[in-house]
Amino acid sequence: MHLETDVLIIGAGGAGMYAAIEAARAGASVILADRSLIGRGGATVMAQMTVAVALGEQTPDHWEHHLADTLAAGRGLCDENLAAMLCEEGPARIREMDAWKVGWAREDGHIKQAHAPGHDRPRCVYVDFLATGPAVSRTLRAQLNHFDGVRRVGDLLIVDIVVRDCVAVGAVALHTPTGEIVTIAAKSTIIGTGGLTRLYRRNSASSNMSGDGYALALRAGAELVDMEFVQFFPIGHLAPRLVGMDPIMWDPFRYKLGGKLLNGDHQPFEEEYAARDSRSDGAYVLTRDLATYAITKEVEAGRGSPAGGAWLSFRHIPEADIRRAFGPVVDRLAENGIDLARQDVEVAPIAHYHMGGVRVDTSFATSVPGLFACGEAVGGANGANRLSGNAITEALVFGARAGQTAARHASGVAQGWTEAAAKTSVDMLKSASARPGPNLAEAVARLQAVMADKVGAFRTAEKLDAALADLDALAREIGDTPMISAKAFDPVLVDWLDLRQMLLVARSVAIAAKARTESRGAHQREDYPGLDKAWTHNQVVTLAGGDIALRAASPAKRG
Amino acid sequence: MKATIAIQRGAPGETAHVETFEVAFEPGQSVLDALRILRRETDPSLAFRFACINANACKECMMLIDGEVDYACKVKLKEGVTSLLPLPKKALVRDLVTEIAPPDERLFAPVRKSAR
Repeated sequence: MHLETDVLIIGAGGAGMYAAIEAARAGASVILADRSLIGRGGATVMAQMTVAVALGEQTPDHWEHHLADTLAAGRGLCDENLAAMLCEEGPARIREMDAWKVGWAREDGHIKQAHAPGHDRPRCVYVDFLATGPAVSRTLRAQLNHFDGVRRVGDLLIVDIVVRDCVAVGAVALHTPTGEIVTIAAKSTIIGTGGLTRLYRRNSASSNMSGDGYALALRAGAELVDMEFVQFFPIGHLAPRLVGMDPIMWDPFRYKLGGKLLNGDHQPFEEEYAARDSRSDGAYVLTRDLATYAITKEVEAGRGSPAGGAWLSFRHIPEADIRRAFGPVVDRLAENGIDLARQDVEVAPIAHYHMGGVRVDTSFATSVPGLFACGEAVGGANGANRLSGNAITEALVFGARAGQTAARHASGVAQGWTEAAAKTSVDMLKSASARPGPNLAEAVARLQAVMADKVGAFRTAEKLDAALADLDALAREIGDTPMISAKAFDPVLVDWLDLRQMLLVARSVAIAAKARTESRGAHQREDYPGLDKAWTHNQVVTLAGGDIALRAASPAKRG
Repeated sequence: MKATIAIQRGAPGETAHVETFEVAFEPGQSVLDALRILRRETDPSLAFRFACINANACKECMMLIDGEVDYACKVKLKEGVTSLLPLPKKALVRDLVTEIAPPDERLFAPVRKSAR
């Protein structure tokens, strides 16, 4: 099957859906494709937390204050122009979402803004209770109904961007329910596939956040930036098994109520680590980086909780206070057999967000004409670490901008599609065979273990070298020919295609991490502790002749 | 503890058959956890929908569990037999996967009229 469109958008999370709305507003025809169902997969729907935006509703604010906090969190590596755009245009997007009845929590007649860590004042809007992401997703999906130029196609996995004479001209895709190969001619293509947290064993992502957008961009000839910066969230839920909740849900409650972190011997340990470091934000005792470090070190010293993390305890809090702070969440916890007044839960660091990504300019264009990116898939705005609450803001602001510029680009060019340009990718899919080979679902788990154990929150040259060797061995096992087990909805073929992309992305993270011989933000080297001013530059990743290459680039300054 | 999962397999045009798997589990684990373990340990070709894994946010893992329509991520595993079938009123794709997307979000659906 062959389709044609002005603008192809890959990924129907917050960024992709906003891009579709803006491209359609600008008069472009749009195909909005998602490997999952529209508005259901990706990270946006998972975000139960807050959205940072300088509305000035709670307390006077200005986007320059928000920018100052964003740049401080990024530790010298932010693309200041992208960061400024995020902060300056956030209020318009958040108010548009408000007009579309997303349901931002209100008090005393104004939108309520909470004070999240790293911010100089209350700035973060949300939808109660823990419903921000689903509300954002639902609202954008409903708005898409008003734009007839947007064709939404779920169950469509984009395999490769098609490039002709160094220009992106469309894509080759797999329609999973039928197993049919689909080709799509597009004047502009936008990557809105989110981050790479599925590369790690414990993560807060949905199953399709495996970094495929980065691999699509690299193979098309575009650049990636800051790939070594993976954000770990210190107190992700570990045990007992908890369903129906975002695994990072404990943070606001720990913040509101003063939940205690305890080691496997039920002893507090935060203060010991806090004493070694002056960075402390008061209410939390430890910053996120330091909490991740403290929990990891306690586990390594044999003082972890039974499942390999730390205990989080609310037992010192009166039951009525727990009920007041958690609201209906107490009932959802009860459905999981968890009673916080009587038992502790286990938490551990989990991969949460990726600061790096596709390198773009302020029109969200990559170095490949016709290829754009938006949302978490973009690298640069958050530098070495992301300020809490910036992810949804970035999705909405960057999505809208990318939709506008991709539509403008499409209005000025003709379709460049040829079957010949798509041939390599189509032939690869056609060559798929039901050959004997490794269990690919298990191979994905092995890749996640390699990344968690050797390219995790704390890195050494030795571990990174071992990881690269493991990834090479895994790549040889997978081979160059796709494996299949069935025609319709074949998870084996999907795993093979995912592994092809995941291995490339995992290698680019490990190679960039090995090259950066310092510790900065979310990149922590045990063999190179401390920030090195000589490293105040970004690393750009390219793919040339099948090899990953790195080069240094100065962070973009405002102007 | 051990759970026995009886899964209806097959695609349209094939004779549906039930395959039974045993899976070790910890209390609190979900039916979706078992399906993901089965793919890693026993049969990677087993087809079922899911995206968000934990959060019950994506609403994709709906199936017929012991005769009731429910989310595989919310139903806890139990000792003894759990029976899994695809949704009865949706078009079957394969195994536990059915066509659950709204018609205008599918590839093979009437194309919406362009505004231009």
